Amino acid sequence: MSGLSLKGISKSYGSVEVIENLNLDVNSGEFLVLVGPSGCGKSTLLRMIAGLEEISDGTISIGDRIVNDLPASQRNLSMVFQSYALYPHMDVRKNLAFGLTNLKMPKSEINRRVQEASDILQIGELLNRKPRQLSGGQKQRVAIGRAIVREPELFLFDEPLSNLDAELRVQMRVELASLYNRLGTTMIYVTHDQVEAMTMATRIVVLRAGKIEQIGTPYELYNQPQNLFVAGFIGSPKINTLPATASSNEGGLQINITNIGKFSYVDLATTTPNISVCIRPESFKINQTAELNLDVEIILVEYLGSEIFLHVKIATGQTLMVQASGKSNYKLGEKISISANPQDCHYFDADGQRIQAKNA
Amino acid sequence: MAESTTVYDKNADAAEVSKKLRAARVKRENRQGLRKHLFLGIFALVMLYPLLWMLASSLKPENEIFGRLSIWPSEFIWSNYTEGWIRLQVSFTQFYSNSALVTILSVIGNLISCSFAAYAFARLTFSWSKFWFALMMMTLMIPYHVVLIPQYVMFLKLGWIDTYLPLVVPRFLASDAFFIFLMVQFFRQLPRELDEAASIDGCSPYKIYWAIIMPLSMPAMATAGIFSFIWVWEDFLAPLIYLNDIQNYTVPLALRLFVAEDSQSAYGQMFAMSILSLVPVLLFFVIFQKLIIKGIAMSGLK
Repeated sequence: MSGLSLKGISKSYGSVEVIENLNLDVNSGEFLVLVGPSGCGKSTLLRMIAGLEEISDGTISIGDRIVNDLPASQRNLSMVFQSYALYPHMDVRKNLAFGLTNLKMPKSEINRRVQEASDILQIGELLNRKPRQLSGGQKQRVAIGRAIVREPELFLFDEPLSNLDAELRVQMRVELASLYNRLGTTMIYVTHDQVEAMTMATRIVVLRAGKIEQIGTPYELYNQPQNLFVAGFIGSPKINTLPATASSNEGGLQINITNIGKFSYVDLATTTPNISVCIRPESFKINQTAELNLDVEIILVEYLGSEIFLHVKIATGQTLMVQASGKSNYKLGEKISISANPQDCHYFDADGQRIQAKNA
Repeated sequence: MAESTTVYDKNADAAEVSKKLRAARVKRENRQGLRKHLFLGIFALVMLYPLLWMLASSLKPENEIFGRLSIWPSEFIWSNYTEGWIRLQVSFTQFYSNSALVTILSVIGNLISCSFAAYAFARLTFSWSKFWFALMMMTLMIPYHVVLIPQYVMFLKLGWIDTYLPLVVPRFLASDAFFIFLMVQFFRQLPRELDEAASIDGCSPYKIYWAIIMPLSMPAMATAGIFSFIWVWEDFLAPLIYLNDIQNYTVPLALRLFVAEDSQSAYGQMFAMSILSLVPVLLFFVIFQKLIIKGIAMSGLK
């Protein structure tokens, strides 16, 4: 079990720089998830760690070895691909054993490891089947099994669940989490699905345009996003953003949400005059008063069973998302009032950076 | 002629209407099928006629071959086959052995060398790869006859005339751009993740080629193998130029010997041997056609 260290990593294709001077330390035994929008460089970063992509600059260390010049096979890692990448002409047993055979491992040891992996993943009865005879979930299990048998220092997952249907994805998510708890090996997991990231990660790295926007636990990312991008990217449905201006008064900030209203918040440090106030859909209270109050009209009701998402229009014409209990009964076109407390809001300056609390 | 459509009342008995509609559909399909098969049958006959004519001629008496219009022999001369086999000063056993040797080596050479070259073009990164690929493709546009004389001079200087080396050695040097192109196109369809997974599993590019790419490329290999076999087996020009001794002749060259310029030609025996010369090609095709289907089913990639 080893940690991973990336120092000054850059990657460019011709004149296009996809990753720029990236530094990242992954602790031993950590489940680190890389998330970000399409094209942010998360898969490229994973492939560079795997040795499938050359790096333009910087160093990659696994444990205490710099592995820049080591081929993929000598980095002592395993990778699970989005498309499973099972060898179609080999049965499951041969798929699992292929890497070990290449390492010239004794047959008895290969058999032991294949058996152990098939027990863990409950694929014992599939060992003699070809990949085309397996369902999507079974293929994914075999792909994970192929990674496990090598007993690597590091597991890499490149969007491994994205080809599965919703139900199977939830099931495999749980299985992967329990596999991580069981093996305790360092895992790096790439996904664009924030539910996967939030539920499985010990830490999440949010990437945008080849740069790290924030690293933190799922709790930190959700509750203390360091910039507007992270606030918007983490959380589903998306956080509501209102443009506002801020001015200092005795002991705090006077916040004026454009065309809506003013309120004071004493705990905020001074900042730029133009700011953004962000409120999560669940932070709104319906038909209750607080320091920030808005009269809105419901323009769409999304019923999800346990909760309801209300799309509401405010006086400025902007649409906000409000979360309500699944048992509530709101109608299209209904006029309601929503409110939020200043301490439940997130505040970002004109550069999109979080305005820290005074005592932070 | 436009077919009339019967309109049924919506309150009519559903089972009865359904039965009538089904019967009408079957009748319509049978009529269409008959027309289609008649059309295809006529075309098949036109295509097969030369072969049937040759088969019939191989069993006819010599004076009937060009002298009688009927394709059906007045009597079956089976001796054309037995006598034709040993009529020339060297038996056809020798010619078949020669052809088999040249063809098998050529097919093996083509499959190995062209697939190596194709793998490099499809999967490996090397300087100027696009330029080399374009250059290779350009060789497809050069007619064989243009390079015939320079090649002959080269092989003459190498002392390879009247040996099989000029026929076989170039096949081991990836000289057939068509097969390389065919394989490149196929290899490019295989997911790159397979190579990457194999690379993580400890495979070198060479091992990836043998253990992953080759087994998955049976359809392309079979296609290239069939074409290669047919073209080499039937090749007349190259053996004519490079082989002098009758002991080294391949089957197509030997068939030419039946047409004598100064004595009576044995056309019946020549056609008999021509029919026999087709047997290996047909057998090869039938065997490897199955492999194409198996290969496609086996790859099962999605």
